[in-house]
Amino acid sequence: MRWTTDSIRRIAGNVIEVQARGVGYGELALVSSPGAAALAQIIRLDGDAVFLQVLGGTAGLSSGDSVRFLERALEAPFTPHLLGRVFDGKGEPRDGGPRLLEATVPVGGPPVNPVRRLKPSRMIRTAIPMIDLFNSLVESQKISIFTVAGEPYLELLARIALQADAEVIVLGGMGLRYDDYLFLRDTLESAGAAARTVAFVHTAADPVVECIAAPDLALAVAERFALAGRRVLVLLTDMTSFCDALKEVAIVMEQVPSNRGYPGDLYSQLAARYEKAVAFEGAGSVTLLSVTTLPGNDITHPVPDNTGYITEGQYYLQNGRIEPFGSLSRLKQHVNAATRADHRTLMDAMIRLYAGYQETLEKRAMGFALSPWDGKLMRYGTLFEARLMDLGVAMTLETALDLGWRILADCFAPAETGIGSELLADFWPREEAGRA
Amino acid sequence: MAPHGAITGVNGSLITVAFAAPVRRYEVAYALRDGLRLKAEVVRIRGDRADLQVFESTAGLRPGDPVEFTGELLSVELGPGLLGRIYDGLQNPLHELAEAGGVFLARGAYRPGLDPDQSWPFTPALRPGAVVEAGDTLGQVPEGRFAHAIMAPFDLAGRHRVCEIVAPGTYTLADTVAVVEGEDGVRRPLRLGFRWPIKRAIRLWRERLPPVEPLITGVRILDSLFPVALGGTFCMPGPFGSGKTVLQQLTSRHALVDIVIIAACGERAGEVVETLRDFPHRPDPQTGRALIERTIIVCNTSSMPIAAREASVYTAVTLGEYYRQMGLQVLLLADSTSRWAQALRERSGRLEEIPGEEAFPAYLESTIAEFYERAGRVRLRNGSIGTVTIGGTVSPAGGSFEEPVTQATLKAVGAFHALSRERSDARRFPAIDPLESWSRYRGIILPERRERVRRLLARAHEIAELMKVVGEEGTSLADFALHLKAEFFDAVFLQQNAYHPVDAATPRARSEAAFGLLQEILETELVPGSREEARDFFVDLRRRVLDWNLLPWSAPACVAGLAEIRARWRSRVEAAARTAPALRRALVETDLDSSCRRARRMRPEAPEDAVHADHADATAGEERAGEAPAADETLEEEPPKPTDEYDALDDR
Repeated sequence: MRWTTDSIRRIAGNVIEVQARGVGYGELALVSSPGAAALAQIIRLDGDAVFLQVLGGTAGLSSGDSVRFLERALEAPFTPHLLGRVFDGKGEPRDGGPRLLEATVPVGGPPVNPVRRLKPSRMIRTAIPMIDLFNSLVESQKISIFTVAGEPYLELLARIALQADAEVIVLGGMGLRYDDYLFLRDTLESAGAAARTVAFVHTAADPVVECIAAPDLALAVAERFALAGRRVLVLLTDMTSFCDALKEVAIVMEQVPSNRGYPGDLYSQLAARYEKAVAFEGAGSVTLLSVTTLPGNDITHPVPDNTGYITEGQYYLQNGRIEPFGSLSRLKQHVNAATRADHRTLMDAMIRLYAGYQETLEKRAMGFALSPWDGKLMRYGTLFEARLMDLGVAMTLETALDLGWRILADCFAPAETGIGSELLADFWPREEAGRA
Repeated sequence: MAPHGAITGVNGSLITVAFAAPVRRYEVAYALRDGLRLKAEVVRIRGDRADLQVFESTAGLRPGDPVEFTGELLSVELGPGLLGRIYDGLQNPLHELAEAGGVFLARGAYRPGLDPDQSWPFTPALRPGAVVEAGDTLGQVPEGRFAHAIMAPFDLAGRHRVCEIVAPGTYTLADTVAVVEGEDGVRRPLRLGFRWPIKRAIRLWRERLPPVEPLITGVRILDSLFPVALGGTFCMPGPFGSGKTVLQQLTSRHALVDIVIIAACGERAGEVVETLRDFPHRPDPQTGRALIERTIIVCNTSSMPIAAREASVYTAVTLGEYYRQMGLQVLLLADSTSRWAQALRERSGRLEEIPGEEAFPAYLESTIAEFYERAGRVRLRNGSIGTVTIGGTVSPAGGSFEEPVTQATLKAVGAFHALSRERSDARRFPAIDPLESWSRYRGIILPERRERVRRLLARAHEIAELMKVVGEEGTSLADFALHLKAEFFDAVFLQQNAYHPVDAATPRARSEAAFGLLQEILETELVPGSREEARDFFVDLRRRVLDWNLLPWSAPACVAGLAEIRARWRSRVEAAARTAPALRRALVETDLDSSCRRARRMRPEAPEDAVHADHADATAGEERAGEAPAADETLEEEPPKPTDEYDALDDR
């Protein structure tokens, strides 16, 4: 039976309270005003008082509007025709295409049994040296780009979407500015990647509740593709907007805030999403790359702090490039032994020398005199930043490794690199290789 | 028939239920919907309404749905067959759930914690007529390498007479192996296993003993400076990326205990996957058998239902207490207790309790203290001694130890292993901060020796801080030497390579031997001729000790290697004493006090000048440290210099 009620007792923020019976927790309802209808989700039941979160926002809702309960939970469209499509945070088409209601999947399904997860073992190549060479992205990994507003994180995300060797890209946009959304859409379309992409985009102009639903829709769809054997890369931006939306709803529901106004379950809420990253036994995988903008560039802010405890590493995007310090892929050691014999050693040596360059910079800033060794480090650091760290650089891992050797050869004598003689014999560029 | 109630409200994982017959706090109930039975626990009773937390998603539950109360507190099954299992927080075996339900954890799917059909060869230890009390041994079955004691149920009240007991043979958990009669004449059949509520500590021992035996973890910095005791408690707070989980994984593999229980509480599933895929193939360093045979994993990862997260730590400690009753040494590692505290906070918020600091409930501290108090070293009624040691990681919000969970935990534990971002950023693992950490237990090194080393490290830290401002030139040679020695000690002893087969775990004797030599090096005053020479000497010595660290302890070269390093050090000290007679060989300690006072006195003023004034022997014309990184790096690959060349150098 479908319950309909004709009076809304309370409207506060995006939450309404109505009187109804026989409705289940988490189910959906349709709030109908004259000329408009909005989806709403039950977020609390107390006797016959039903609290609903209105996905379309409550602006203009009347206490006389009617609410019809749909007896189903939030679902995401899922059909083979999904690729290339763009939806909003309710799962409605944003691209003017047809609605895909013939087949749907429930959102926020049960967690994967840990004993059925696979150990991560495959690298995802992105053709970005700072990722592939220094902090490899691994299939089934969950990792976040830590950055601040104003940094080119969308450009980075778009490049990863275009260059990563994933079969399906699922994009979840939360609180995107509309022109950012257009940028992402146009970039993917012009590069011909749209055909393997499906997007769920909430823009800043949309009701805040949809911001919470967008990643859930994206992840539900990604999970289905993975169960069907596809290797899926999910891109979520910006998780800080998602957390702010959670905060807004929690405050409206009069929940006791825990830290800077965020709800006490922020960790669990984030984990429930990030833990959807998985490699299935005998099927595909979900890899999750998100963007977390650091409010005030503060790593101890609850959002990046909780994220850091959940994700398997982070990429620091600062000053327009991925910083080698602070960036960390916790799973890289699972894959970078099998790429090329020199990968790990070169990675360590180059980072160690780059750390030396940073010390030299400090020394110079303090006014201490520089030695010839410092001069070498300065030359190395400059080359490293220009040839490898620059975000515009795109090359295969092998090319990046070769380039790394040439940069070293251009700056140092072989012994100065601290690399073992065996590898030096195999990989140190000969004279005719020319200068890097 | 079980008493029933009906749902009146749903709020996240919390449901409110109207009931008629009496209900108990922490009693288990099932919410019924669409043929599903969702397990829940009574957390609060007000009038005719009870608040229950549901251990599953509450999606679809609605007011009016029936709730079935069981009368039993949330309990686990205790008996043979626990070892080697992987459970969720409610003791559901995950492998069996996967067989039945596939890839996902289906709602409302439960499986018995012990396999009822597995048969065990039981050997009785009593005859009819014997008198038993709760916890007394009835017989035993072999479980892996242990003789698993079959005990009288822990809830057996008063003395009972054994009326019947079976002959040796093979029995399942469903079989009755004995019948006992109480003083009231009531007969009770006993089986190989029984149930026990997880929130009630098992206290069937004669006396609690002080935790005085060290627990060897194989982690040098812990075993030597910040020891853990069998039956003690320790906590390990640290910001993300500081290596808490790696350290716990290492401890779980190498700790010298009988049984390790890993409670993966609200953390990444991927890390549990590593453990549960690795342990069946990894040999137990003590016995060579598969490590999984001495391990129980209780895992409630971050995406699993949050209410069961709270239960998971109690499930784990109850299993530990059960094995302690057999006189075994049990280590419980909980990662992370902050997630457990967050589960409490979430529940408290939904119950609309008045919040304490950072919205944690006011009972956070007492709850944490009560949990850690379940650890302990006890003498059992049969005279044997069993221990439960509890180590918990803490994930402090923002990496600050001032937050409520860290502070509440610090009050409850006997050792504090502070992991620092500074050390992990410098790739100094394990990233345990030697200045901030402490332990109240007696370890393998005498406390006063520990304290002496700690003070030297503190002094060296002050010097390093000062050096950042004044540069090496502004540091006296003696201070510079202490700085080098502390760095050397850090590199060769405090740091440890978790991924090297030998260096990952250091046996007790080896830690003692190495610590003895290194303490001598730290405490012997050595004023070098120049900074360069001192640096070269320690770079060389460091490489020698690092190489020595990788030699297996059983190798004959190992003891000789240590003696050689000691000889090298002593000849260097004597050479220094000969070439510069004014420099004496003595314990630094007496001198240290005065230099500490000096440091304190001069801190408010310009530190550089004071240092220069106090150390007239400071050589202002020393070369800068510019080549330091180069020297470090290239030396790694150079062949070791022949010994006699060095001796010649020393004797010149």
